[in-house]
Amino acid sequence: MIPGHDEWYSALEERHGKELQRKFSQSTVAVCGLGGLGSNISILLARAGVGRLVIVDFDKVELTNIHRQNYCAEQIGMYKTDATEQNIRRCSPYTEVVKHTVRITEENIQSILSEADIICEAFDSADEKSMMINKVLTDMPSKILIAASGMAGLDTGNTIRTRKITDRFYLCGDEVSDVNDGLGLTAPRVSICASHQANTVLRIISGKSEP
Amino acid sequence: MIRINGENTDLDGKLLSEYLEEQSYNTMRIAVERNGEIVPKASYSSTMMRDGDSFEIVTFVGGG
Repeated sequence: MIPGHDEWYSALEERHGKELQRKFSQSTVAVCGLGGLGSNISILLARAGVGRLVIVDFDKVELTNIHRQNYCAEQIGMYKTDATEQNIRRCSPYTEVVKHTVRITEENIQSILSEADIICEAFDSADEKSMMINKVLTDMPSKILIAASGMAGLDTGNTIRTRKITDRFYLCGDEVSDVNDGLGLTAPRVSICASHQANTVLRIISGKSEP
Repeated sequence: MIRINGENTDLDGKLLSEYLEEQSYNTMRIAVERNGEIVPKASYSSTMMRDGDSFEIVTFVGGG
């Protein structure tokens, strides 16, 4: 038996305090890309009681994703937006989910992300990261962007960090470990980076602007 | 002096696009911050690097 809405939010308020939970509940956060980063960021923010999540990915869950992305065997073949929504529902049934099963481009990005207060960049390719980061920071002046770069391989997790580049631009990762050099991504290290991004989101919502 | 990624340089009057090319940056994989603001990509070739400026050039790598 799943607890009702009011009981659920009372539990969140008991943990976070009423004031902080009110801020989380009133926030809209976009997660762009639902791979190793985005599949984890979405669940972390949903658990914390962020009110609305805008999730964006064009792709389907594949067997070769499972070793690092937050999906399960029976979700292979589903769109990542649908699978992520299912995972969100399991951990946080009252989070509002807005799905966009499309590839983000320079043309559609502004309409897809118009309602988000904070945007997480969680793409795989460096070119797409750069496109999105430059577009948001240049053309969407009210948005705060939390991007990621460098989390591949089995180097120490201690090099993954969060830096504040401008008032609206935070960057998480070690900034050097490229997915094309050697091993590729592993679940723990990509999760560390996802957690940095989610933590930065919650810190900003709570009024803490330093990384 | 002009600060670039924490290093002092003497490049007063150089165009940003020229500097990026000389340093072999792939402009498809970077973002450039100047004095706290992002420089639009379309402005790289018209942005003059001036004494007192502080730049950070962030290079992105793949994976996510």
